[in-house]
Amino acid sequence: MADLEELYREIILDHYRNPRNRGELEPPAVRAEGFNPLCGDEIVLSLLVENGTVADVKIAGSGCSISQSSGSLMSAAIKGKTVEQARGLIATFKQMLSLGDDDAIEEGAEPVPVNLRSLGELAALQGVVKFPVRIKCATLSWNTLAQGLDELAAS
Amino acid sequence: MEGVTEFDLAGIRRDFPLLSEQLHGRRIVYLDSGASALPPHQVVTAMATYQETTHANVHRGVYGTAEEATRLYELARKDVGRFLGSRSGADEVVFTKNCTEAFNLIARSWGRANLRSGDAVVLSEMEHHANIVPWQQLQEMLGFEIRWIGITEERMLDLSNLDELLDGAKLLSITATSNVLGTINPIAHLAERAHAAGALIAVDAAQAVPHAPLDVRALDVDFLAFSPHKMYGPTGIGVLWARAELLRAMPPFLGGGGMIKDVRLDGFVPADGPQRFEAGTPPITEAVGLSAAVHYLEALGMEAVHEHERALTTYALDALESEFGTSVALQGPPDGPERAGVLSLTIDGIHAHDVAQILDTYGVCVRPGHHCAKPLMRRLGVNATARASFGIYNGTDDVDILIEALHATIKMFG
Repeated sequence: MADLEELYREIILDHYRNPRNRGELEPPAVRAEGFNPLCGDEIVLSLLVENGTVADVKIAGSGCSISQSSGSLMSAAIKGKTVEQARGLIATFKQMLSLGDDDAIEEGAEPVPVNLRSLGELAALQGVVKFPVRIKCATLSWNTLAQGLDELAAS
Repeated sequence: MEGVTEFDLAGIRRDFPLLSEQLHGRRIVYLDSGASALPPHQVVTAMATYQETTHANVHRGVYGTAEEATRLYELARKDVGRFLGSRSGADEVVFTKNCTEAFNLIARSWGRANLRSGDAVVLSEMEHHANIVPWQQLQEMLGFEIRWIGITEERMLDLSNLDELLDGAKLLSITATSNVLGTINPIAHLAERAHAAGALIAVDAAQAVPHAPLDVRALDVDFLAFSPHKMYGPTGIGVLWARAELLRAMPPFLGGGGMIKDVRLDGFVPADGPQRFEAGTPPITEAVGLSAAVHYLEALGMEAVHEHERALTTYALDALESEFGTSVALQGPPDGPERAGVLSLTIDGIHAHDVAQILDTYGVCVRPGHHCAKPLMRRLGVNATARASFGIYNGTDDVDILIEALHATIKMFG
């Protein structure tokens, strides 16, 4: 039960019940969709970048508490940040979930020390580590963000 | 609960070693037989004994153990044929890798040889992807039409326009029991209607064969596929039953060793009978396990199995309604003879994945997700359900723990 309480921290339930930055943005905002076929989680990310800074971000979609709260927490974390800082957060967040660049979960690997303080409220999602199947739920919005940023860089 | 008490539930549970394991320090409440049923020790032991005393490849060696391996493998075919009421098990039972491969076999062999552009195949909106995607793949190659039987608000098949759908169709391919809704479809009636329209009927019996008596002759169907691991047998083997005259006329699906009569540099002659569809070394150990599963169910009696699960389903539907009213919704038809022990739950404001996660801490195993039936989930307007499905080892005590765990889930997210 202790693990379960680690997974469903109050802050996660709060972001699930009252998601921040909910909705979609019109162009020129970039739109990216992420999908987790395992449980049908869906994230629709709208991202408006001006002068290299995330000027606005909205999240739509539906899914489990972990995927949706992760999206909500992410939107709050990246708003006002530079693209560079947002990419840095993606990397730190994945590192917290013991994921390398290739998303591979190494069996029995020693957790890499992460500067949890730099993640702020996002650190609440750390409890997901003990539930391997749910890691995909937690990373869905972050992979979608990476996809959106890649699209921006390519355009 | 007469049906439940007459059934020797405690005795049955002793046959399933996994049920005495613990999950998070609690008694395991296995409510995921719709995904895969636990194997009794009789099945596990039969497979281990075969591997320890007999293991050999089939249809080749002449030494004693190879002869015995072949005999056991072919005996499994006969056992399955008898279990399904087949006229001739030996000529009508094909072993595949799984139930999905059985549908691919029907599509790529019978379908490819018999369907042309302008033809139609009729499916229903409650099909598992296994009975959708192979037809869509074949459609891309051949360009025939796929027509869909809809579902009613009661979550039953909408047969109001069936004549229209079957008009000019070559095949009706349909599930006997929905793996999401628990709807039991009127297969004998559908077979009659399909045949009257000049179509054949293929049946996905994965959720039907383990739960009630089934007789392919009485149903008068043409193809029927099921999953041995959903009927207390092993994974790695599937069954396609087909009328012998259909199999005789069908071209091979996969090619290789075992499925030929002769091979020359300029071509091959396929084997006769079910072997034509069994390229490569077949799942021999698994066939032995499947035989044991058939014997296990025959000893219990499928009528008794059905009565037990029917009574348990009624108990669960009543209990869920009286405990939760409309706050826990059940995606499926109301209780009755057309209702199987598959309970797809949705709770307002709580995603199925979260429900399943909390249930897990109570030792309760259910399956969250779309259950490989995405067209149906779209039709229902939900993206996931938490599905509890019954097997022979489940009792009212399992339902009571499910309810306790659901209360905890609602409290946590409420």
